[in-house]
Amino acid sequence: MINCDLPVQALRISVPYVLAALGGVVSERSGVINIGLEGMMLLGAFGTVVGTLMTGSPLAGLGFGLLAGLLLAAVHATATGVFRADHIVSGLAINLLAAGATRVLLKRLYHSSSNSPRIEGITSLVTGHGLLALLAHPLVWVTVGLVAGVWWLLNRTVLGLRLSSVGEHPEAAAAAGLRVLRLRAIGVMMSGMLAGMSGAWLAFDQHQFTDGMSGGRGYIALAAMIFGKWRPVPAAAACILFGSAEAIQMALQGGSAGIPVQLVQTLPYVLTLVALAGAIGRARPPAAVGRPYP
Amino acid sequence: MTIRPLTATLLGLALADLALLWLTPAGTASTRDGDPRVGLVFDVGGLGDKSFNDSAYEGLLLARRQLGAGIEYIEPGDGADRESGIRLLAAQGVDLVIGVGFMFTDDLNLVAREYPGVFFAGVDYALQIGKNGQVIQPPPNLLALKFREEEGSFLTGALAALTSKTGIIGFVGGMDIPLIHKFEAGYRAGAARVRPDCTVLVAYAGVSPQAFKDPGKGKELALTQYARGADIIFHASGSTGLGVFEAARETGKLAIGVDADQYSEAPGHVLTSMVKRVDQAVLQAVRSVKEGQFQGGIMTLGIKEGGVDYIYDEHNRDLIDPAVRRQVEALRAAIISGDIVVPSR
Repeated sequence: MINCDLPVQALRISVPYVLAALGGVVSERSGVINIGLEGMMLLGAFGTVVGTLMTGSPLAGLGFGLLAGLLLAAVHATATGVFRADHIVSGLAINLLAAGATRVLLKRLYHSSSNSPRIEGITSLVTGHGLLALLAHPLVWVTVGLVAGVWWLLNRTVLGLRLSSVGEHPEAAAAAGLRVLRLRAIGVMMSGMLAGMSGAWLAFDQHQFTDGMSGGRGYIALAAMIFGKWRPVPAAAACILFGSAEAIQMALQGGSAGIPVQLVQTLPYVLTLVALAGAIGRARPPAAVGRPYP
Repeated sequence: MTIRPLTATLLGLALADLALLWLTPAGTASTRDGDPRVGLVFDVGGLGDKSFNDSAYEGLLLARRQLGAGIEYIEPGDGADRESGIRLLAAQGVDLVIGVGFMFTDDLNLVAREYPGVFFAGVDYALQIGKNGQVIQPPPNLLALKFREEEGSFLTGALAALTSKTGIIGFVGGMDIPLIHKFEAGYRAGAARVRPDCTVLVAYAGVSPQAFKDPGKGKELALTQYARGADIIFHASGSTGLGVFEAARETGKLAIGVDADQYSEAPGHVLTSMVKRVDQAVLQAVRSVKEGQFQGGIMTLGIKEGGVDYIYDEHNRDLIDPAVRRQVEALRAAIISGDIVVPSR
C-alpha cells in the first residue's frame, strides 16, 4: 500500500517547490537574485485565501494569489533595479515584510494570529490522495505545463533570450538596444507570479491560510534551482528529488527501519551543498546575477 | 555583497519603527495599593492563536477580574526580542513577570538573576539537568509552571485505543524535544494500558521551532499514518496540527486536538482534545503573589490540580461510546488518586 502512495506523496510535496523554483530560474536568469521567493509564496497563499473568501471562487482566489506575488515582486524589482539595492538585502526585506504583513492582515481581517477561515479548494473530478487524484488535479497539469513553458520561454523565444542576455552581460545587451531594467523587472515579476501560484497550492491544499505556512519552502526551491543549475527542467527534477527525500523521511518515521530520521531530513541540504561545491558538474550562475545595473 | 547606504538607512528606519511599536506594552498597569501588577510576554504567534497564548491571556483577565491585578502584555516577534520584553517589564517594576512558552527558559533565568526583587514565572519552563543528573533549581524568585501533559495524553491514548477500529493509532509531534516526548509517552502508555496489542505510529514534523507551524507537513505526516491503517491521530504540534485535521477531514477519519478544545477546526472529526489550562497556571501564580505566598521553584499541574484534562461535551459526545467513556473516567480517577503514575518519557 505504501509502495503506491510514496511516489504520489513525493510528487504532491514537490509541486509547490517546482513552481517556486521556476520562479527562481526566471528571476535569476535575468540577473536578479530572488531570495524573496519565500515571502512571495506566503503573500500568494494569503492573497489566494482572501480572494477566495471575498469572491467565493477559487479561480478568482488564484488570481488574487498571483497578483499578491506580482506586487511583492514589483517591490523587489524596483528596489534592486531603480534603487540599486543589494539583491539579498532586498529579498530578505521582502520576506520580513510578507511575514509581518500577513500576520497583521490575518488579525485585522479574520481576528486570529493562527489561521484564516476555511475556503473551498480546487474541485477536482477525483478526490482522495491516490495517483488518480493527483493526475486529476488541474494545478498539477498547470505546473507541468509551466516547466515546459519556462523552458520554451528561455530557450526558444526572443523575450527569453533577451532575459538571459541581461542576466549574462547587461552592458552588451544595453549596447544592442535592450532595456535592461525593464527586462529584469519582467523576469522578477514573472517570478513573483510563479511563487504566488506556489503559495496558492499550499492554501488550496490546507483549505486555509495559516501564519508562516510557507515554512521555508521558498529557500528549498532556491536550493533546487541552484542544484538544477539555473535551468527549468533540471530544477524541477531537483524539486522532485527533494520532495522524495521528504516523503521517504516521513515513511521512515512511522516504520522501524532503524535509520535515524534526522539524517534523512538533512538529505536535501547535503545534496545542495554537494551541488554547490561543484561535485555534479560545475554550477555556473548567470554571469551578472546579483550585480546592479547600470 | 555590499549593503548600499539607502537600503541600510531604510532598513534601519524600519527596524527602529518596529522596535518602537512593540516596546510599548499594552494593557493598564495602574492598580490600587496592594494589588499585584503583572506583566506577560507571549509566545510566538501571540494573541489570537486560539490556543496557548489565548489561554494565557484568559488567565490574565481572570487575574484582573478575580484578584484586581493590573495587567500588561507584550507580543514579541520572532527571534531574540523575548529577552528584552521580559527585561522591559521587570525594569518597569511590575511585581510578576510571566513568560509563556519553553523558549523563555534561558531568558527568564538570566533576567531573574538581574532583578532579584521581581518575581518571575515561566509557563512550560524547561528544567535543566546538571552534570550528575540532578535537576537544577530555577533562581529563587522564579517559578517554573509545568504541566503533567503525560497525564492528559494518557487519557487521550486510552480513549483512542478503545475507540480505534483498526487497532492502530497515530501521534504527530511538532518539534522533536523532551516537552513533546511527554505527550507521546503518556499517549503510548494510555493506549498500552487498555489495549496492549494496539500499535502506535509516531512521527515528528522537524527539529526546529518551524516544526510547530507547518500545516503542509502535518497533513502529509497524517496522510502517511492514515494510509498505514491508523484511524485516530493525536497531534501535539501547534498549527502543524491544522494539517492533521485537514487530513482527517479528507480521509473521513478522526484526530485529537491539543492545548485548547480544537473541535471547531474539523467538526465531526475531532474525537477530543487534550487541554492544557495555561489560564489556571497564570491565575495561580498571580494569586500567590497577591497573597504574599510567592515562592520560586517548580509547580506542576496535572489532572488533579486542574492543569490538564480531556474534553467531553455536547460536541464530541456522539463520537465516544458510553462504555469507553466510563473506562476512561475510571483511569482519570486512578490518576487523581495516585493509583496510576503516568511515565513522562
